[in-house]
Amino acid sequence: MTENYTQPRTLFQKIWDDHVIHTDDNGTSLIWIDRHLVHEVTSPQAFEGLRMANRKVYHLEGTLAVCDHNVPTTSDRGEGIKEEESRIQVETLYQNCADFSVKLFDMMDKRQGIVHIIGPEQGFTQPGMTIVCGDSHTSTHGAFGALAFGIGTSEVEHVLATQTLIQKPAKTMRITVNGTLPDGVTAKDMILAIIGEIGTAGGTGYVLEYAGEAVQSLSMEGRMTMCNMSIEAGARAGLIAPDQTTFDYIKDRPMAPKDGAEFDKAVKYWKTLKSDKGATYDKEVILDAKDIAPTVTWGTTPEDVMPITGSVPAPSDFDDEAKQQSVTRMLDYMGLAAGTRLQDITLDKIFIGSCTNGRIEDLRAVAAVVAGKKIAENIKLAMIVPGSGLVKEQAEQEGIADILMKAGFDWREPGCSMCLGMNPDQLEPGERCASTSNRNFEGRQGRGGRTHLMSPAMAAAAAITGKLTDIREL
Amino acid sequence: MEKFTKLTGIAAPLRMINVDTDIIIPKQFLKTVKRTGLGVSAFYNIRYNEDGSAKEDFSLNKTAYQKASILITGENFGCGSSREHAPWAILDMGFKCIIAPSFADIFYNNSFKNGILPIELPQDQVDQLMQSAEDNPEATIEIDLENQKITRGNEMSFDFDIDPFRKHCLMNGLDDIGLTLEKKAHIAEFETSDKQKRSWLYE
Ligand code: SF4
Repeated sequence: MTENYTQPRTLFQKIWDDHVIHTDDNGTSLIWIDRHLVHEVTSPQAFEGLRMANRKVYHLEGTLAVCDHNVPTTSDRGEGIKEEESRIQVETLYQNCADFSVKLFDMMDKRQGIVHIIGPEQGFTQPGMTIVCGDSHTSTHGAFGALAFGIGTSEVEHVLATQTLIQKPAKTMRITVNGTLPDGVTAKDMILAIIGEIGTAGGTGYVLEYAGEAVQSLSMEGRMTMCNMSIEAGARAGLIAPDQTTFDYIKDRPMAPKDGAEFDKAVKYWKTLKSDKGATYDKEVILDAKDIAPTVTWGTTPEDVMPITGSVPAPSDFDDEAKQQSVTRMLDYMGLAAGTRLQDITLDKIFIGSCTNGRIEDLRAVAAVVAGKKIAENIKLAMIVPGSGLVKEQAEQEGIADILMKAGFDWREPGCSMCLGMNPDQLEPGERCASTSNRNFEGRQGRGGRTHLMSPAMAAAAAITGKLTDIREL
Repeated sequence: MEKFTKLTGIAAPLRMINVDTDIIIPKQFLKTVKRTGLGVSAFYNIRYNEDGSAKEDFSLNKTAYQKASILITGENFGCGSSREHAPWAILDMGFKCIIAPSFADIFYNNSFKNGILPIELPQDQVDQLMQSAEDNPEATIEIDLENQKITRGNEMSFDFDIDPFRKHCLMNGLDDIGLTLEKKAHIAEFETSDKQKRSWLYE
C-alpha cells in the first residue's frame, strides 16, 4: 500500500492516515488501535459489557493489563489488599483477564507498575502507533511519536470488542521551545510553564506537538514527563517526533521488534514519522528555554503556576471576573495569602512518584540533591514511590534507594499511590505537599489536602529545607 | 441506550468554572464495578459537610432543584481525568442534559456515550439561562434535539450546534459497537494491508 500525499503533512496527520479504516460522509472515521492498556479502575464495566453481549477480546496481542491505582505501596502487599473495595476492583481485573485471556502483570509481578510507565518500559509502546487506555495520562506515550490518548469506559469496551475507535481528526498545535534549558530547569518546569502560558483549556481539541532544541535534547524520560501533562493543558494527546534517542530506548526491550531485519524495517518506517517541511498547524506557540525558571503551582489547577522566585498572586491580578472568583476560592482552599513569597511556604509532606515523574531518571535527580543530607524536621512524611517494579529494582542496584532512605525518605512499592490517593496514601485535611505528580485539584491527594506541583529536583530540595525552595540556590 | 429526542425539565444552576472530574466524583467512589448508584456521591466534597449532612449553600441541594434534569454551568466543565464515572454520576443524579460555554474533550465524548446531551452555548446565553434558573427555579426549559433548539417559556429561545452523527446516534439510541461491527469487512481489509506495511507488529 503506497499512498501518494501531495501536501506536506504533520506527524499527527501521518499517524492518522496510517490508521484510518473507513471514513463516513460526515467526516467521522473508524481508526485502528495498535495498543490497548487496561487497568482496574476503568475496565470492570467494559468487561461486563462484553460478557453481556457475548463478545470476545478482538486482538489479544495488542492488549496488556496491569493493576496500579488501588495497590498498596507498603512492603506487606503480599498479604493482599485490606481495603475491601480496592481488593474487589483488583480481583475483578484478575478474573476478567483470566476469563478473556488478556495478558496481565499482577501486583506481585516484578514488571507491575503504573500503566504509563510499564508500556514504554516493556517496549509495548512504539513510534507511529495508536495507543489508548481508560486513563487520561495515556498522552505520556506520545513521547515516542505515537498517537496516544485517554478514553472512557464505553470506548474501552469498544476497543476490546473491535480494536478500533470512532474518531474525528484533531486540530494540531506546535509548541516550539528554542534554545537550551538553564541549569536547574527540567522537562517538568518546561511543561508547567507551557500550561501556564496556554491555560488548562488552551489545548482543548488539539494534539500538541512539542518541538525545538530544548525538547529534542531531552531524554525519553523527560519527553514522557512533557507529553504526560498535555492533558493538563486540555489536549488529549502530546507528540514528539521519534529520533535516535527513541530508537535506542526501544531496542532490546522485551516487547519491541526483535533485533535484526524486523527492527531495521521498523526503524526505517519510524524515521518517516516527522512533520514534513512546510506542513501547517492550526496553531503555533513559540517559547524560549532561557525564559523558563524552576516552576511550582500555587493554586488548584495546573495553569496556576509561578516561577519559584515569585509570590502568591491576588485575585485582582487577573482581568477575568470568573477567574478572580476562582482565585479567591483557590487561595482559601490552599490556605495562602496573596503576596506571600513562594519560598516562605512551609510543607508537611513530600511525594515523589507518579506517571509524570516516577522513572529512574527522576529518582536519580532526587538522589543527587539529597545525597548526604537529611529531610527537614517539619516534614512528617517524604515518600518515594517508584513507577514500576523494574524502576525500583534498578534504583536499588544503583544504590539510589540507599541514599534516599538514609536521607529519611520512605521507600515504597510501585503504584499510583498519593498521586490520587485511591489506596491509603493520602494527605490529611490541611496538609501541604510538594508533589511530582500532575494534578493539584481540590481533594486530589486527599480531602482538604494542598498540593504544589514541581519537578523531582525541586521536591527534593523542598524535602531538605522543609519549604518551597529554589533548587538553584540550595 | 435510551433514545433522546425531546426533554422538558427544571434546570439547576452550578455557578463554577473548571469543574473537574475530581469535584464531580471524588476518587473514593471510583471503586465500584457497576455503572449505577453514583448519584448520591456526585459533587461529594462540595455538596456535603464533614458530618455527612447536606451543605445548605450548595445550589444543587436546594429543594427547588431536586427534580432537575438539566444542569447549567461554567466553562471547561468536566476537565481532568477520563473517568466515565463522572457522566455516570451526573446521569444517576437525574441530569440528562448539561449546558455550558465549553466542555473538556473526554467528558464531552463520554456524555454522548451515556445518552447525556452536552450543549455548548455562547457565554451570554448561558448567563441568561443561569440567571433565570436562579431567579425562577420552577420554570422548565425545553430541549428539542431534532430542531436543535432550547426554549424557556416565551422568554428565550436559542439554537445550538451538534455533530450530525452524534445527533443521529442519540435520537436513535444507537450503540457504537454495533455500528462498528457492521464495518467488519473494512476492518479485515485494513489488517491485511497493515500486516504488509508494519509486519513487526504482527509476529
Ligand atoms: S500515577 Fe496518577 S496520573 Fe498517573 S495513572 Fe496513576 S493516578 Fe493517574
